[in-house]
Amino acid sequence: MSSHRVDYLAIPAWTKGWLTILGGLAAVIAIAGLSVLYMEHQGHWVTGMTNQVVWGMPHVFAIFLIVAASGALNVASIGSVFGREVYQPLGRLSALMAMALLAGGLGVLVLDLGRPDRLIVAMTHFNFKSIFAWNVILYSGFFAVVGFYLWTMIDWRMKKVYKPAAITAFLWRLILTTGTGSIFGFLMARDAYNSAVMAPLFIAMSFAFGLALFILFLMGSSTALARPLSQELLRKKGRLLGLFIAANLYFVAIQHVTALYQADRGPVEAFILLHGGVYTWLFWGAQIALGGIVPLILVLRPQATRCHLRAASVLVVLGGMAQIYVILIGGQAFPLTLFPGMEVSSSFADGQVNAYVPTLAEILLGLGGFALALLLTIIGASAFRILPQSLGDGEEATAEVIDAEGEPLAAQ
Amino acid sequence: MGVRAVLLALLLGLFSAMGGYAWAGETGPSFPKATSTALGGSCVDDPATMRRHHFDFLKHQRDDTLRQGIRGAKYSLKECVSCHAQVKDGHAVPVNAPGQFCASCHEYAAVSVDCFSCHATTPQQPQQQAEAK
Amino acid sequence: MNHDTTRRDLLKAAAVGAVTIAPGLTLIAPAAQARALGQPASATNRWGLLIDTSKCDSGCTACVDACKTEMGLPALDRPATDAQYIRKVDVTDLKTGNQHSLPVMCQHCAHPPCVDVCPTGASMKRADGIVLVDRHICIGCRYCMMACPYKARSFAHEDQTDQKAVNPRGKGCVEGCTLCAHRIDAGGQPACVEACSKDGGAAMLFGDLNDPKSEISQRISKEATSRIRADLGVEPAIRYQGI
Repeated sequence: MSSHRVDYLAIPAWTKGWLTILGGLAAVIAIAGLSVLYMEHQGHWVTGMTNQVVWGMPHVFAIFLIVAASGALNVASIGSVFGREVYQPLGRLSALMAMALLAGGLGVLVLDLGRPDRLIVAMTHFNFKSIFAWNVILYSGFFAVVGFYLWTMIDWRMKKVYKPAAITAFLWRLILTTGTGSIFGFLMARDAYNSAVMAPLFIAMSFAFGLALFILFLMGSSTALARPLSQELLRKKGRLLGLFIAANLYFVAIQHVTALYQADRGPVEAFILLHGGVYTWLFWGAQIALGGIVPLILVLRPQATRCHLRAASVLVVLGGMAQIYVILIGGQAFPLTLFPGMEVSSSFADGQVNAYVPTLAEILLGLGGFALALLLTIIGASAFRILPQSLGDGEEATAEVIDAEGEPLAAQ
Repeated sequence: MGVRAVLLALLLGLFSAMGGYAWAGETGPSFPKATSTALGGSCVDDPATMRRHHFDFLKHQRDDTLRQGIRGAKYSLKECVSCHAQVKDGHAVPVNAPGQFCASCHEYAAVSVDCFSCHATTPQQPQQQAEAK
Repeated sequence: MNHDTTRRDLLKAAAVGAVTIAPGLTLIAPAAQARALGQPASATNRWGLLIDTSKCDSGCTACVDACKTEMGLPALDRPATDAQYIRKVDVTDLKTGNQHSLPVMCQHCAHPPCVDVCPTGASMKRADGIVLVDRHICIGCRYCMMACPYKARSFAHEDQTDQKAVNPRGKGCVEGCTLCAHRIDAGGQPACVEACSKDGGAAMLFGDLNDPKSEISQRISKEATSRIRADLGVEPAIRYQGI
């Protein structure tokens, strides 16, 4: 049993279906572009964002995509860093999706800036005490590190640096998600944030969201391209997704139980968990039940079907959006505590729960980020040999790999 | 592959577009001269130097003034505006209006000015202006 | 010789400033001095305020109105997005029924969280402790607004016209109280303080916390004062009595 062979084939471009999908995505991106022009021309007052809720729907989309980006890289890392060969044929797609999702997220984030025309300033002026500045470096570096890693996977002449590149990419993504979580973790001003648990929580979130998007793309592309996809491989991914969902739930529990234990965090926890209106509904209904418990049950069924796995992945994505909405918007909706224990009022909404209603333009911008990520993934997979020709059970090559799972083969 | 060829073509197209220049004609733009005599009728530096370096002077001054609090610097946007804004029907005309001092050159050179999304475009110390006269 | 005219004008303006503030000072009248032209702000100064809430009337908005006029903040009647550099907060202790009112503005922290989080360094602290936004390099990310414990900053949500020369401001940048740095540099005091002594209850005192002989230093050395959310350790330069 010598080395098996995985054949990769680019997505055939310029077919009718390919053009339709790309045209559709380009249209969504164009609409997002028009939304940006509208919001930037008018100024932010036409959005739902205010002086109280300063980050809104675009940031929910952007953070989701950025978090999912690092998570999407995990499939590659599991194959390379942790030597699980069954995942290796998917490493290329994993790396490509990671870069595409990050590009989509950053696109949304940057286009919501008050002065997007000054992006160059963010690249030339660094305040190294700012986690945001570090993230600018971590995000840019991610493209370089993962791009190089993808190169080592595609080009056999780069074989000798494959492992170091894989390890670098894995460590980089862990630090990157730590940085993203710390955007909130370092905010002592707001009761809902300011906790070290934000970093590991965001890492757990990234594992779940990234894998869910990866499964969805894999299932969609295998159907569209009529390439075989093993049920057993999918179930394995489903079980891994279950593990990540559980990890996310665990850190959410830690986040809230820790806060509940601190007397001064009581009010903000009561707001999110009990009487926060839409935030409470989103927390229990969308994030925990639909985005956590239901998909967990679906993927852990021993005879989980494709339909179950697809539904579970969709729910994880929607639950993830709800989770970020609750963290980001819910955390800002709860009033800042200037005078603990006192009732306050002012012309600047002190002491009030801050209203936020997302506008259509903000949502369209966010959806544009998703479309951009998908477009880049499809173009990447059409330009390069990213997707395996077959991930089926019947093919002897792939079957061999699946048999070998559990006791890692010696490196070929 | 076809897609790769298209991507490459797009990339090359981008580079060549960035390299393109529109060459300026022989004659420069005409712009209104300073109206104020606050500085004795001449600018803080000779006009050729100002034309060539005003942005460097102003950028240096803005950082000194805002970040370090240095006041009374030789070059100041406020003074550009107070000397060079035209007066029409008793009202000052914004310096970034078409044909005015800042706009005439910048439109000619196709260089956008970012100053006036924030800075006042008309002089604002009428009593000081009067005293200076 | 060209510069002499400018210099004279500025010094003249500074002298006028010193005269106007004189009536506001009662105990020890410090010589309100304009910093010499060409000199940077210095760490030997630490500008701050002392606000006596017992003299601050709940219905009075003299400081707020003065700020809007001085800084050229228009009222677009959109309370959610209109800029407010200073606001009046009414505080009620529900347990005891005790009520008081006080102005809240940028607290000009010694360890400002807004400066820490700003990715480009646009949010900055001047040598004399005044916290400012350098709008030249502000990209409008609003992270400083997330980080400020006092909600002291606003975002310019729309295009601006008719800005005051002393407060350039435009769409897409974050802004906030400058402690009227332009007045302080000319030897004056903030517009809110001036208005409070003239039209309000004279509840606000401006001065140099680093100068032991200043009125503000004398008073805070003798009388009990506190700071909003002192527990956060950011060391604001705005001190309050009666909160």
